[in-house]
Amino acid sequence: MSLVPSVSGTPAAMPTAPDVPHEQLRTVPMRHRGRWAAAAVALVAGGGTLWSLAKNPNLDWPTVGAYLFHETVFSGLVTTLWLTAAAMAIGLAGGTVVAVLRLSANPVLSTLAGLFVWFFRSTPILVQIIFWGFLGALYPNLMLGIPFTDITFYSASTSAVITPTVAALLALGLNEVAYAAEIIRGGIQSIDPGQAEAAHSLGMKPGLTLRRVVLPQAMRVIVPPMGNETVTMLKTTALVSVIAGHDLMSNIQDVYAQNYKVIPLLVVAALWYLLLVSLLSVPQGWLERRYGRGSASAAGPSALRRLLTVRAARPGGPRTHTRIRKGNKA
Amino acid sequence: MTAPMVVAQGVTKRFGSVEVLKGIDLTVARGEVCCLLGPSGSGKSTFLRCVNHLERVDGGSITVDGERIGYRRRGDLLHELAEREIAVQRRDIGMVFQRFNLFPHMTALENVTEAPVRVRRLSRAAAREQAHALLDRVGLGDRAGHYPAQLSGGQQQRVAIARALAMEPKLMLFDEPTSALDPELVGEVLDVMRGLAADGMTMIVVTHEVGFAREVADTAVFMDGGVVVEAGAPRDVLDRPGQDRTRSFLAKVL
Repeated sequence: MSLVPSVSGTPAAMPTAPDVPHEQLRTVPMRHRGRWAAAAVALVAGGGTLWSLAKNPNLDWPTVGAYLFHETVFSGLVTTLWLTAAAMAIGLAGGTVVAVLRLSANPVLSTLAGLFVWFFRSTPILVQIIFWGFLGALYPNLMLGIPFTDITFYSASTSAVITPTVAALLALGLNEVAYAAEIIRGGIQSIDPGQAEAAHSLGMKPGLTLRRVVLPQAMRVIVPPMGNETVTMLKTTALVSVIAGHDLMSNIQDVYAQNYKVIPLLVVAALWYLLLVSLLSVPQGWLERRYGRGSASAAGPSALRRLLTVRAARPGGPRTHTRIRKGNKA
Repeated sequence: MTAPMVVAQGVTKRFGSVEVLKGIDLTVARGEVCCLLGPSGSGKSTFLRCVNHLERVDGGSITVDGERIGYRRRGDLLHELAEREIAVQRRDIGMVFQRFNLFPHMTALENVTEAPVRVRRLSRAAAREQAHALLDRVGLGDRAGHYPAQLSGGQQQRVAIARALAMEPKLMLFDEPTSALDPELVGEVLDVMRGLAADGMTMIVVTHEVGFAREVADTAVFMDGGVVVEAGAPRDVLDRPGQDRTRSFLAKVL
């Protein structure tokens, strides 16, 4: 008999049938009753909201249908798309330059780049859009020449050069340069300095080192936040409606200003923005795989995948897949 | 007698107020294997990094194959060269790092072909052929398509050696090439380096592997406190050291 009293280890506390061998004992996973209850509450609440929307006559689905593929909406859609693409292109190209200047050993260039980022990140985008739209009130004429001299190469009236579209592009593009610069700077700084040293020791010049060694690795850090920026940009283009930018939102506003069907037209806008943003995740996923080459990624399955495999995944608990990403080239 | 490959004269280097190199004189002949030994902080890695101008020297001079590294002399002044001019000098000087520093987004083969294609303007086909031969030489012919993360430390370091050799350097610098490796992987890297030495490559090796230095080196250099304490044949420096500092260091590492 043991001198130490055992609480749970005594045979009396284990309701095990004595004739079942230990290796045949079955385990029963934890029953998550709270999870099922929370899911039921969420489904009822969500379903109720959807039901109230579906049967609400003010939503006016026939009007939504009539305008969803309307010519005005389409022309706005085209403007929104190219404005987003062009602003992001300016942001990416300019942002790379500003990021490199920011990291430069030249204190003047580095400070100027820092001031640029500070200014454009510290004023509301709406203020910047309106400012560029009314640039003519600040400089009635634009000229290209050498500062502090009378030498002028080109001169024109501001309102002729800075149309609402150009103003929108300048505002969105320059703002994006500031944000992209910070994202790219962070990406470049996340790379081990040993990478650049290895490239230099092979005789690679600074530009080649940046292009072939540092930036491709930094892209892994840069792509996800830049995807985020693109989504934000797509929706931010709606703000150029304040200077009549003829984007999707401007045109939608023009329509409901005439027919007063505000809610159905906002639904049209929302549906299109939803679709476009959803489509953006496709190229982002492609880019992330492209620049993830050679890195071990511990990416779990998506929430949707977990929902669909809830039964199969339960015994093992959440699984993580660690594997090396390979490029398309064999 | 042919001119030496590396001549360092009175090399000084300071980081802020700390003088890490206090006048290094060193000559390495063609085909010579020179091992730099010494306690950490003795300046041996810093000196090695000065040889290909990854660190700029503050005084004195280093020449490789008769060419002054990193500077151009005008009168009594040494003017630092532009990055692109230094890049041209570095083409002929291979370097192997303690932490391998392979490019993780490229396969082993791409790591080896990158510089020949981009810097030496070799055709892609020729570079691949050369890379396959070099990977075979370091015993990794079957790992060409692997990414660095899929290779062991010893394999990564051997790819790094192949990558440096792809530039067909006159001189190879090794900065503690086995210090980041698990003990059982050290041998495979040292074997590759032994082979290189046997083929007549001029090598400067910063290492803690006293056994390797004794067996492979033509010259062993013991550094401490930013100066060369003693230099000579390994059997003299390592087995019959003339200086107390060398003796006490060897007593600790052996």
